[in-house]
Amino acid sequence: MAFKKSAIPFSGTAEQEKRLKAVIAEHKNDPGALMPILQKAQDIYGYLPIEVQQMIADEMDIPMEKVYGVVTFYAQFSINPKGKYKISVCLGTACYVKGSGDIYDKLQEKLGIKGGEITSDGKFSLDACRCIGACGLAPVLTVNEDVYGRLTTDDVDKILAKYAD
Amino acid sequence: MNRIGTIDELNAIKSKASEVVNVRVDRNDNGKKDVLVCGGTGCTSSGSANIIKKLEEEIEKNGLKDKVNIIKTGCFGLCALGPIMIVYPEGTFYSKMEVDHIPEIVESHLKNGIPVKKYLYAETVQGDTIKSLNDTAFYAKQHRVALRNCGLISPENIEEYIARDGYQALHKVLTSMSQDDVIKTVLDSGLRGRGGGGFPTGKKWQLAKNLVPDADQKYVCCNADEGDPGAFMDRSVLEGDPHVVLEAMAIAGYAIGATQGYIYVRAEYPIAVERLNIAIGQAREAGMLGKNIFGTDFSFDIDLRLGAGAFVCGEETALMTSIEGNRGEPRPRPPFPAEKGLFRKPTILNNVETYANIPQIILNGADWFASMGTERSKGTKVFALGGKIHNTGLVEVPMGTTLRTVIEEIGGGIPNGKKFKAAQTGGPSGGCIPPEHLDIPIDYDNLIGIGSMMGSGGLIVMDEDNCMVDIAKFFLEFTVDESCGKCTPCRIGTKRLYEMLTKITEGKATMEDLDKLEKLCYYIKDNALCGLGQTAPNPVLSTLRYFKDEYIAHVKDKKCPAGVCKSLLSIQILPDKCKGCSLCSKKCPVGAITGEIKKPFHINQDKCIKCGVCMSNCRFGAIVKA
Repeated sequence: MAFKKSAIPFSGTAEQEKRLKAVIAEHKNDPGALMPILQKAQDIYGYLPIEVQQMIADEMDIPMEKVYGVVTFYAQFSINPKGKYKISVCLGTACYVKGSGDIYDKLQEKLGIKGGEITSDGKFSLDACRCIGACGLAPVLTVNEDVYGRLTTDDVDKILAKYAD
Repeated sequence: MNRIGTIDELNAIKSKASEVVNVRVDRNDNGKKDVLVCGGTGCTSSGSANIIKKLEEEIEKNGLKDKVNIIKTGCFGLCALGPIMIVYPEGTFYSKMEVDHIPEIVESHLKNGIPVKKYLYAETVQGDTIKSLNDTAFYAKQHRVALRNCGLISPENIEEYIARDGYQALHKVLTSMSQDDVIKTVLDSGLRGRGGGGFPTGKKWQLAKNLVPDADQKYVCCNADEGDPGAFMDRSVLEGDPHVVLEAMAIAGYAIGATQGYIYVRAEYPIAVERLNIAIGQAREAGMLGKNIFGTDFSFDIDLRLGAGAFVCGEETALMTSIEGNRGEPRPRPPFPAEKGLFRKPTILNNVETYANIPQIILNGADWFASMGTERSKGTKVFALGGKIHNTGLVEVPMGTTLRTVIEEIGGGIPNGKKFKAAQTGGPSGGCIPPEHLDIPIDYDNLIGIGSMMGSGGLIVMDEDNCMVDIAKFFLEFTVDESCGKCTPCRIGTKRLYEMLTKITEGKATMEDLDKLEKLCYYIKDNALCGLGQTAPNPVLSTLRYFKDEYIAHVKDKKCPAGVCKSLLSIQILPDKCKGCSLCSKKCPVGAITGEIKKPFHINQDKCIKCGVCMSNCRFGAIVKA
């Protein structure tokens, strides 16, 4: 089986590996431990490259295919690293009927990337998400922890400009 | 907090905490003020954390620390007006709060007792009198059961929950009711699953108790994987009143004979996850979870499991597969979870809102609950009202309330004088309800009858600017994305539906394609493995049923009546309105507009990219979409 690799080389540290192994040792015997372990591994590394998945498979003594199967099933797990600024546009129904699709299109055009990708300088990554639950502010996008609501396509430039550094 | 072992100990905490909470509940004026700031996701997104910080500073500065309590609550419901702040005992309602408003409010209202009218929600100010929020149109028609504590108590304080009769129902069940008594009460109440399907909750519990009498382990699960985009009822309960879910799960555990519960919650709900963790910690410390609850033989504990962004995990068998640490794929039923569920053991799965009703049913009795609602749908239902509507937010109404009441009276109608076109319920599994059905009383069976479904409670309002073919396409794009891929009808069928809809929105379809579209919908409904696949064609079928003329306009006339589908759109200059100022021509990024000064200009349709820049720049309203 061919596993999909990240385009950017893996550069995990020994410290990260130590933390991951501690997490695995702690949860290994819980029923249904794989999901919580993957979630914590993604907290440690920011994403789940094939190298991290292999470590988890080895430590938990389960087939790599099983780990890879679970990672690729869930939208929240990412094989690719995310940008310094993670932009996420809500395409939930409430935002969509208020025009978030146009905002998403404009961001793809401005950043020159598609959803799920990262700019070549590693600064921005763009994703669509399904409802963050701030429907009262629709349409909404988030940049890391910051939430921007009641948007129009004209706001896109202003928001990107805030993250110029 | 000390472990609570007896009803006297519980009541002692209750009466002490009631003194605090009654400033809000009974509006007792004891010289103190409670300032409630919404800390739900909606208001947090609009900056309520900064409001709280500034309030704390100003209250300190004015020396009011002993007289004013700041409470960060869950959702009040009126998310469109966030951040929201309410001052009790008066119940005055400040909306769209800004940090700069705080010093004036603290000085004038909290210190000197004079509310600052200009910052109050406009509807509550009538001349000299100020209405409390409960008297506004948004709240007056609501009836809060599942949401009774949301926006009233601090969700991070178990004592405030206890003040509101918290854990009394658990005590009653453990000390004075048999397992069958509990099940009978839930059955008699007529409560049906609030997650979408509407299966009788008591029936589910009864099966789980009786099907496998010698099971060595059973489980109680809570579905908090609220995946319907545009729905946030469950999140609001978890954020505003997490203990009610814990108490109800313990009651369910007692009823079916389970000792372990799991709450499967979306990782996209960080505030809900945090508050659940706090609540579980407090409940364990107080002895409301753990070994020998209230000194009885009954032990029960709850663990959280985080979802990882897969819509299909809202389906019961997929959710359990996911908790087991696998790809969240559904499996065929039977066996039903009541027989073989989580880890192949008898399991019940109910959704958050269903659980939120349970303690009240136990305390007030089945008859009380059954007195609300319609013949076959009892109690209340929470809806997340969104889309093209004034009062976006969360509303709870008795079953049988009409859509018109919800949209026009509680929701305040459609903004900008636009015309109502459809209300979408049930999310990607539901359908669009046209204006002619606005007066149907909302309940499970009526909604199915008109081709939609209750779903978990998302209610998205659309106006004349929304294209119904585009909406159907939007939902199918979602379903294609989220199909788990296990069964062919859903994996390939929804993709084909999506392609056909794309063809229609691009004006490339024929009338024959419409027939094919409909046939394929029924094929998928009949053959998909799980509920999600079986209901995936509903958005297409319901729009075909009520808005066929829009489909035909796309196919035959190659027009999108709402002006949404870009391929079918042309932008035109109205010669009688155009003054020939040439501004549009200068602004056009592709040089598609030409003409002579002071004579009507013209758009070259082959060059036009339909960006709309000309329209937004024209000062005479002479450029329109057609």
